Amino acid sequence: MGKMTIEELRKIRAQAKKTINLRDAKGKARITVHMGTCGIASGAREVMDALLKAIEDQGIQDILVTTSGCAGLCSHEPMATVEYQNSPPVKYVDLDAEKIVEVLLKHAVNGEIVKEYALAIGSEKMN
Amino acid sequence: MKEIALHIQDIAENSVRAGAGLLVIEIREETRADLVTVVIEDDGHGMDDDTVRKALNPFFTTKTVRRIGMGLSMFKQAALQADGRFDVDSAPGRGTRVEASFRLTHMDRQPLGNMAATIVALLMSNPDMDILYRHVRDEDVFVFDTRVIRQTLEDVPISEPGVLQFVRELISARQNLDE
Ligand SMILES: Nc1ncnc2c1ncn2[C@@H]1O[C@H](COP(=O)(O)OP(=O)(O)OP(=O)(O)O)[C@@H](O)[C@H]1O
Ligand SMILES: [Mg+2]
Repeated sequence: MGKMTIEELRKIRAQAKKTINLRDAKGKARITVHMGTCGIASGAREVMDALLKAIEDQGIQDILVTTSGCAGLCSHEPMATVEYQNSPPVKYVDLDAEKIVEVLLKHAVNGEIVKEYALAIGSEKMN
Repeated sequence: MKEIALHIQDIAENSVRAGAGLLVIEIREETRADLVTVVIEDDGHGMDDDTVRKALNPFFTTKTVRRIGMGLSMFKQAALQADGRFDVDSAPGRGTRVEASFRLTHMDRQPLGNMAATIVALLMSNPDMDILYRHVRDEDVFVFDTRVIRQTLEDVPISEPGVLQFVRELISARQNLDE
């Protein structure tokens, strides 16, 4: 068993090495999932897991995923921020596993902001 | 928090903020003793006695974005409600050890939950921190160690999508990785 899994990991390593070399080091977009205590309590881990699975399953390249702590808007967690190329960052609020995949495919991959889930600065959603 | 795995992720985030290089997570389920024990230990900057005392107060935090810190007190509450114990042991420069226990069959014990997702999320956000995760169920022992994985990966980061997928499957299947 053990030998086989190490063998499997070796293959994954070789594959990853190829894609790393092909990839643009800067990435096309960055998605930051807020992982503070309030985020985790309201489902940020499921959001992160769904995001990572979608990236793995669909072989999406050039998207960087990072995490950050609490953003101070605890009642609207889970939250994520998308930075697409040189556009200003957009914050998404009240996310779940399905919404984050939609944000990934529409905004991070294709550059279209998903307005329904985006936090409009200055709107009542800020409270 | 609905599951123990989420508390573990949250407590581990404290270790990350404390600059831990190695995080040890141990879960022990003992049927005969009717006990679940969770230990989270780091080699981060630690706390002095006064900070440890304050840390268990839900209104104490050293964060600046918010006035209250909830992580430790919520975990403590989860242990106590399942007839368990809770203990934080820490020293400046040495690191921190958090131990929580639960009565295995207690009605109010939270389920263990998805540890694979917890470990993957931790690796994703902190690819340079090592994690040793041991899960003991009576005689059955599962060990996951990022140091072993890194030996095979060499220069490929552990946060690569394909690698994270491998880690998720390994932990979900509780399949030991031998050297
Ligand atoms: N492993 C650790 N190493 C060093 N300091 C710690 C550790 N765990 C907790 N602390 C200290 O105790 C405080 C309280 O921790 P707790 O997890 O309860 O709340 P928080 O992390 O401040 O906020 P929250 O978890 O609600 O986001 C922290 O702010 C930190 O100063
Ligand atoms: Mg905390």
